[in-house]
Amino acid sequence: MSSELLFYKLGMVLFVFAASMVVALYSTYGERKIAAFLQDRIGPNRAGPFGLLQPLADGIKMFMKEEMLPEASSKWLFVLGPCLAMMVALTTGVVIPWAKPIMLDGQPFHFQVSDINIGILYVFGVVSIGVYGIMIGGWASNNKFALLGALRASSQMISYELAMGLSIVALVMTTGTLSVNEIVAQQDAGICNFVYQPLGFLIFLICAFAETNRAPFDLPECESELVGGYHTEYSSMKLGFYLFAEYINMFISSAIISCLYFGGYNFPFAHEMEGILGENMVRVLGFGFLFAKIFGFIFLFMWVRWTLPRFRYDQLMNLGWKVLLPLSILNIVLTGLFLMRNELLDLIIK
Amino acid sequence: MERLTNRSKIVVNKQMTLAEKMYLPAIANGMVITLKHLFKKPATISYPEEKRYIAPVYRGQHVLKRDEAGAERCTACGLCAVSCPAEAITMTAAERRKGDEKLYREEKYAAVYEINMLRCIFCGLCEEACPKEAIFLTDRIVDVSGNREDMIYGKDKLTEPMAADKRIDVSVRQTQEVLDFKQNKAFGHNRTHLDLAKYIQQKNHH
Repeated sequence: MSSELLFYKLGMVLFVFAASMVVALYSTYGERKIAAFLQDRIGPNRAGPFGLLQPLADGIKMFMKEEMLPEASSKWLFVLGPCLAMMVALTTGVVIPWAKPIMLDGQPFHFQVSDINIGILYVFGVVSIGVYGIMIGGWASNNKFALLGALRASSQMISYELAMGLSIVALVMTTGTLSVNEIVAQQDAGICNFVYQPLGFLIFLICAFAETNRAPFDLPECESELVGGYHTEYSSMKLGFYLFAEYINMFISSAIISCLYFGGYNFPFAHEMEGILGENMVRVLGFGFLFAKIFGFIFLFMWVRWTLPRFRYDQLMNLGWKVLLPLSILNIVLTGLFLMRNELLDLIIK
Repeated sequence: MERLTNRSKIVVNKQMTLAEKMYLPAIANGMVITLKHLFKKPATISYPEEKRYIAPVYRGQHVLKRDEAGAERCTACGLCAVSCPAEAITMTAAERRKGDEKLYREEKYAAVYEINMLRCIFCGLCEEACPKEAIFLTDRIVDVSGNREDMIYGKDKLTEPMAADKRIDVSVRQTQEVLDFKQNKAFGHNRTHLDLAKYIQQKNHH
């Protein structure tokens, strides 16, 4: 590997890392502000102008808190849990194409850490490791409430991963590729996958809410009922890691939804604008559009959180297994019929 | 059973329609409602910088008034304590000593006068009961405190300062109408049982 490539990859990794961190950091601020606005309040406005330094203050607070290791916990796993949650959250960003390759001196400059041809599969693989972060954390705490919280969290995540995977199968059927880069590139024509897969999108969106443990699926945490769920025993930055991982997950899943269903960096009239602004300028604009889409979805996540009440556990399981799973299978069947429509018509005519 | 109000609804265990079972229309409705709130003016204010409007007749921290010469008006009659529904007022009466004429207007005065601000409900009945125009509620807000002892306000905090420029203005509360009302035997606490009987007699007569 040439050193140039190494530096370039390192730069991209740093970019994804920084972007995930900064967006997640300010999502906490955004969450509190949006919650406040939706409830006719003002929200944090003490730290810095408009309270913009609030996330930093929260971070400092988290670091300053007393670090607690429960006496009866298995120490190594107890520390591993939040690390795993954080690591998994940060690694999913690798396959997202942030912009169309920008041409510098005739060389394409890819805005993606790695264009693996099984990008979606990679995301699913990594996301399913996320369950271990929660499970290990809850189990290592040696606290029955934490364990129960971890149990319901992991069973929720496993249940919804199924429907999520099946909704993606339908998308893969229409696109014919597992590479996120290619899926985004295919939507260049102006029609995004949402048009072909409205039901699939809905299922994926609902499952994304469940996967990120966001309301109305925030049973793993549910502060009001479960003494904090799986992170009951956690304090200081270890707790911060769990909470922060949720926001990174939210950012990454917004990015994935935007890429898979809403055209990623593509935007309307991009080709027409290329003539006026030049190719690279439009690609930079596309980068901005992708982030606009991501922020739109992050807003949706928060908007839903402050609108809908939490599911009861049996309702959650009913929705996952009895509604979303059959629906996603139906979606696959319908997509298959649609894709084979010509052959089917031929059959009927004959 | 006879219904007390017309607000109650008869509940039926009806089957949900398909639209209701899907929940999505209901969710959309809810989202629209919350979105509307996003653009509403906040109901809260940034308190220390911005203060909410306080009506001129706001009932806040009490003041024990002095008369024009600077003597305390309170005679420790105890009517305020009796009228207080929260039982927040306590006092100890004392006889005025010779030479204290400038400090206390009448021969009897309150040596100790305490209002427990945690008990007080700021109803203003003490003010209404006072025959000497000595106690008033003002538009000042009672300060917060970390312990309960500090919330029992004694005369040091309640009595108005002697200096002319530091006097607490209660003219908004003590209007002519209020004074007339307090003098009128037909109303309120000024009624004795004899007055009341006379008043009822008059009313029946008309």
